[in-house]
Amino acid sequence: MYLKGKNISFGYKESNLILEDVDIFLGSGEVLGLVGDSGSGKSTLCRILAGYERNYKGNVTIDGNKIPSNGYNPVQLIFQHPEKAVNPKWKMKDILKEGHDVPQDILEAFGIKGNWLNRWPNELSGGELQRFALARALGPETKFLIADEITTMVDAITQAQIWESILGIVDDLNVGVLVVSHDKSLINRLCHDVMYMSDLNDS
Amino acid sequence: MTDTSQITNKKMEESEALLKVQDLSLSFIQYASGLRQTELKVISNLSMEAHSGEILAIVGSSGSGKSLLAHAILGILPSNANLSGSMEYNGNDLTQKKKEELRGKEIVLIPQSTTYLDPLMRISSQVTGNANKKDADSRKKLQREIFRRYDLKLEVERMFPHELSGGMIRRVLVSTAVMSSSKVVIADEPTPGLDEKNLKETLGYFKDMADRGYAVILITHDIEAALRISDKIAIFYAGTILEIARTEDFTGEGEKLRHQYTKALWNALPQNKFQAIKGHQPMQDEVLDGCFFYERCSTRNEACSKCIPQLKTFNGGMVRCNNVS
Repeated sequence: MYLKGKNISFGYKESNLILEDVDIFLGSGEVLGLVGDSGSGKSTLCRILAGYERNYKGNVTIDGNKIPSNGYNPVQLIFQHPEKAVNPKWKMKDILKEGHDVPQDILEAFGIKGNWLNRWPNELSGGELQRFALARALGPETKFLIADEITTMVDAITQAQIWESILGIVDDLNVGVLVVSHDKSLINRLCHDVMYMSDLNDS
Repeated sequence: MTDTSQITNKKMEESEALLKVQDLSLSFIQYASGLRQTELKVISNLSMEAHSGEILAIVGSSGSGKSLLAHAILGILPSNANLSGSMEYNGNDLTQKKKEELRGKEIVLIPQSTTYLDPLMRISSQVTGNANKKDADSRKKLQREIFRRYDLKLEVERMFPHELSGGMIRRVLVSTAVMSSSKVVIADEPTPGLDEKNLKETLGYFKDMADRGYAVILITHDIEAALRISDKIAIFYAGTILEIARTEDFTGEGEKLRHQYTKALWNALPQNKFQAIKGHQPMQDEVLDGCFFYERCSTRNEACSKCIPQLKTFNGGMVRCNNVS
């Protein structure tokens, strides 16, 4: 299975494009790194691939088919700030169940403790919340995971813990992962291949 | 002040810390449900020192309460905060009244975000601040000089914050800090999400400040960035400082580091071993009798679970652990 973006162009104004004719290819089980300066459109590309942005040119396909706009999206996006991706008025157990019934082994793989489930989002740290966001996104129908700077805000030990869990699970589920990060050594550790982006309006 | 007194002052500062924090504890009173109150402990028995001309980095995971340390030093905590311990500035007690007097003048904060400028005020007025007529001219001159140093063009003075790029705003924030006769600069998470070029630039400003004699306190979760410019690194964990190490101690597999947590943190970096240890930081509402790192420590013994180890001097640094001697 593969996720493919072809000739993707995007801009908030016609005259000022952020992305121009970008191609990207991500296979199942592959871990691809995405590196680029601030403002080079990495996050925008992630949003397009995951279906958050509709107003773009080009096409995004899985095995050559368009991704349906209703139902479960097989491309799941994880954000840098998990506290912005959870409902502050829900308890963690409800947040976790939002997408699918998370099996016990995924909870264990992410080190999610039973007593965290009864807490509110503001009672957990960013690293703990990010584990919930990941467990929630890794449902049985998820085929691709887009990780947009997901461990930028956590300490090094938590970062290593989280990636160890992700790599184990995506290997089991045969999920393709796109890793966006500024940290070159992290990218080198995780990825099979790296894609570089440069700022269109810089040069 | 005459020249000679400046020199002796400088000498004194080299040996004596400019800002001293001792046994600082901070908790918040919260309503749990109904009228039941609970106490949430966020900082416990924290001690640290900042010296002129030095950069001290306080490294800890985000959301662990590091920023509250900065707020405690500046005296801008909310009213339900309960603060204990002592702070000294330049040899004198740092009381709330003193903090209000000094903040923005001798002790300044550089905020993390570039949204901290007033959106409706021109840049030059934000940088020069409230000056009476007598001072206005000299402050303007000083501001122009600082802007030149940081490569900000003359027309920037008349602009509003939204007209500036992120990098320019950072330089404006730095200018604001060096405008006042400040001696202590506290930078709160100045680097997350910056690309290499911007990171280098931002770190350069702090290095430059330290070279000019400021005591710089860099609060960050990014140990790599901290290692690039700091003289000393304080490791913040579960509301306290577990170790204060020299930057050069971070080498090899961490043999020179004093605390097991610091070693684990160093070995978890992707450019080192990328090795994770098990477990999590204790939650803020957990009551701990022993060492905060007990659950995850590989060299623990029975005594460690019973009483909190004291911060002691060891091998040119400080460490809070029973098992070093």
